Amino acid sequence: MDITVNILLTIATAATPLLIAAIGELVVERSGVLNLGVEGMMIMGAVGGFGAGYLTGSPWIGLLAAIALGAVFSLLFAVMTLSLATNQVATGLSLTLLGLGLSGMMGTSFVGQPGARLPNLDIPGLTAIPVVGRLLFGQDPIFYISIALTAAVMWFLFKTRTGLTLRSIGDSHTSAHALGIHVIRYRYLAVIFGGACAGLAGGHLSLVYTPQWVENMTAGRGWIALALVVFASWRPWRVLAGAYIFGAVWIGQLHAQAFGIPVPSQLLSSLPYLATIVVLVLISRNKRLTMMNTPASLGQPFVPDR
Amino acid sequence: MMRLELIKRPQRSMLFSALSPFIAFMLTIVAGAILFALLGVNPLKAFEIYFIEPVSQVWQLHELAIKAAPLILIGVGLSVCYRANIWNIGAEGQFILGGIVGSIIPVLFPQFEGPLVLPLMLLFGMVGGAAYAAIPALLKTRFNTNEILTSLMLVYVAQLFLDWLVRGPWRDPKGFNFPQTIQFNDSAILPELMPASGRANWGFVFALVAAVLVWILMSRMLKGFEVRVLGSSPRAGRFAGFGINRMVFFAFMLSGALAGLAGISEVSGAIGQLQPVISPGYGFTAIIVAFLGRLNPLGIVAAGLVLALTYLGGEAVQSALGISDKVARVFQGMLLFFVLGCDTLIHYRIRLIGFATPKLEAAPKLEEAR
Repeated sequence: MDITVNILLTIATAATPLLIAAIGELVVERSGVLNLGVEGMMIMGAVGGFGAGYLTGSPWIGLLAAIALGAVFSLLFAVMTLSLATNQVATGLSLTLLGLGLSGMMGTSFVGQPGARLPNLDIPGLTAIPVVGRLLFGQDPIFYISIALTAAVMWFLFKTRTGLTLRSIGDSHTSAHALGIHVIRYRYLAVIFGGACAGLAGGHLSLVYTPQWVENMTAGRGWIALALVVFASWRPWRVLAGAYIFGAVWIGQLHAQAFGIPVPSQLLSSLPYLATIVVLVLISRNKRLTMMNTPASLGQPFVPDR
Repeated sequence: MMRLELIKRPQRSMLFSALSPFIAFMLTIVAGAILFALLGVNPLKAFEIYFIEPVSQVWQLHELAIKAAPLILIGVGLSVCYRANIWNIGAEGQFILGGIVGSIIPVLFPQFEGPLVLPLMLLFGMVGGAAYAAIPALLKTRFNTNEILTSLMLVYVAQLFLDWLVRGPWRDPKGFNFPQTIQFNDSAILPELMPASGRANWGFVFALVAAVLVWILMSRMLKGFEVRVLGSSPRAGRFAGFGINRMVFFAFMLSGALAGLAGISEVSGAIGQLQPVISPGYGFTAIIVAFLGRLNPLGIVAAGLVLALTYLGGEAVQSALGISDKVARVFQGMLLFFVLGCDTLIHYRIRLIGFATPKLEAAPKLEEAR
């Protein structure tokens, strides 16, 4: 029983950064913008979170720094693609390349240093309840943020007027513009929200998952988050499900390696990436369904006429 | 709020089309100077070490050619993809597979020697890269998957596969357990061009030949026209009878073959054996090369040399000033950012709309009146 609980807890820890980054990107893509810089914003959040936590000794300040750095970094993308109408695919790629380089440079002195870890929740009485206690009341704070965030985004997108406006911009920016909606302003806010989420996801990696700084520690999670959004057909609750499936794959291969299953460890390590491809194939196979779900103006630059 | 307003030009500006890479380079220099100053280094001194010292002697020019060769080879292939609006960003994986498949002969049949070995290796390398690139192409055409994500995922898979090979079945049994294959025999080593003055090998020649051939393809042949039409207007391309699926395969496999050739050239030229890591991110840097070179094969040759210099400069500042060589990655990323930003000037005029100035001026007057 204890082992099961432990495995479930580690799956939640592995799924949380994927969930947060993907939920952020979902909002960005719902507004019609494709930001391929998730990996870059995430690694910036990871290095910023670790650095601030390490230098101040407070993981909470680290958490705030991770969010702030992700948001500031995404602003770079927003200025380029929204104000200068650059190609979103290429700009997103360059954000990732720049983030990987910048984080490596900023983190040189952090390598091998012990980091600060965010403490797990501990409510006297409740956390001690057998089995469910630790699952419900004993996890790290970012886990609870991730669940709340998913619920909040669901509510925002489908139950509020602003959410409806955001979705309409993603489906047709020209019509939205003609109705007098500030397309660019909405998109700026969406991109910055996505950046803050990616930064938080990166902060989870360096403040909870493995409280240390390792270069390229995101290891493709930003890209998997992008794939999750496609897998989820741009629906928040499906992102939640997808993130936990991937968390399970990630943890499953680690456990398999620890058990010494006679399969090369490299093959097991590549499972999350192969699973991403398989999942993309399964979900994209139905062309009409994909076209129906994809925000219609996704990835297209918009220049308001005067 | 201050904001930018873009005004569409009636036609694309030839002036900015030519100037944009240079403006971007200047902006990168300015941003780099700020970066160096923040790191507490005199920017002028740093630039001398970064951009001038690495190319001040003949043998260093050879090193530049060694670094530029894979960047140009991959960048030229990617330019065809991007022109066709097909997003292959997994060239790093195709490079690795080229290196692996190209190494089958020297690793598994080291007794096989003679003039046939090298051409076969290069051919194998191209086939390996092209076959690996065919996977995302197949998935895109058959199952409609996003090629950006699949080609990128395959990079991680390729890196792990190489790691397994050199630690497992292909490890040199007499190599003291080091994760590497046997040293290639002499007939499997790519010859140096001018051994008297430096290490540069035939890889650089392959890069130049590839650039010229792709330039001819793109500007003088029907296939190149097809690429450009399908890239700028898929609808028009369909009416003209150009098959989009065939184009996806063509672009992916051409760029994969060139990346594979770059991979085996690097392994048999600069390294001489397989190791767990055979590329300092050439496949990703080549994306920058392609854009900096305006997706034009001849521009890519120049851009490849510039980006090769950023690698050498990174190594130089690390040893001379103790700055992390990651600074090279930062320079490369900034360069791509500025190029993309400057490209806006080709299609648009930019007008700054200032702060709400009249109100700000009015406010002090009120104060005075009181």
